[in-house]
Amino acid sequence: MITAILFYLFAAILLGSAAMVVGSRNPVHSVLFLILAFFNAAALFLIAGAEFLAMILVIVYVGAVAVLFLFVVMMLDVDFEDLRKGVQRYWIAGATVGAVLFAELAAVLGGWKLAPSAGQLRMSPVPSGVSNTVALGRILYTDYVFLFQTAGLILMVAMIGAIVLTLRDRKTSRHQNIRTQTERSVSETLQMMSLSIGAGTTASGGYLRPKEPEPEPADAHGGHGHDDHGGHGHGHH
Amino acid sequence: MMAIGLGHYLVVSAILLVLGIFGIFLNRKNVIVILMSIELILLAVNLNFVAFSAALNDLAGQIMAMFVLTVAAAEAAIGLAIVVIYFRNRGSIQVEDVNLMKG
Repeated sequence: MITAILFYLFAAILLGSAAMVVGSRNPVHSVLFLILAFFNAAALFLIAGAEFLAMILVIVYVGAVAVLFLFVVMMLDVDFEDLRKGVQRYWIAGATVGAVLFAELAAVLGGWKLAPSAGQLRMSPVPSGVSNTVALGRILYTDYVFLFQTAGLILMVAMIGAIVLTLRDRKTSRHQNIRTQTERSVSETLQMMSLSIGAGTTASGGYLRPKEPEPEPADAHGGHGHDDHGGHGHGHH
Repeated sequence: MMAIGLGHYLVVSAILLVLGIFGIFLNRKNVIVILMSIELILLAVNLNFVAFSAALNDLAGQIMAMFVLTVAAAEAAIGLAIVVIYFRNRGSIQVEDVNLMKG
């Protein structure tokens, strides 16, 4: 009894917020109603006994996907009023298609019944005595492990794709250029100076880092000097 | 009041699916709301999976619902990334203007 009341309550809020997602004028409101719809769908999952999926729905959808939508809607500076101009024109077509589809679904639902042998065709019957999460884990990592790994692959491809798509090279950004780093030789960065005893580098003209490119070849005394004082120059790189 | 069975869930998910498809038609210009409508449609699919899983006492439906969830999350991420770079390039997200590839 209480379950039925809760079911009707959550289903009503789910459908109402789904209608508001579709019909809201402001996309930010749409996203917020989408979050409400996901919460109520999670409640319906709980009533059906799928506790793990309900929690996953809240965490993944509300925590990740809906927030992603919210970020994108708020980041893009779009004139949303302009996007709603043709709504009156599309309303008729959408309502027609929706009504036809719903009539078809109602026809299917009206004349539909479960096959008597459906019970024997179960792929993974619910084990008794363990919780929903334990039961799901037992079959997810054994019977469905390839599907599980494929799901991981799909997520990785999506992640790399999203990063590659939205990565942008700015002129002002400073990032590593690995090729120039590895191609750099010692003579480009290290300069050997002959100092007189007791005088600092400032007394003999000072030095400049990064070293200015010199026109003359610098291997007049560079050949043996690098080996002797290799450790000296490291601090200035 | 009768007990909650498979039929109730199927009716709810049918209405949810129709609402999602209606949303695609209604917001033909706004690609973000179209993506949200697709999420609603996939939610209806998940509800169907879970309802049948509960009715038949079979956990395979819940596994499939989890994979549908995975694919939906990946789809949302890629779709929103495309929306962001499209907006960056063109300054608008009108679906009718999307003709860069002249397809």
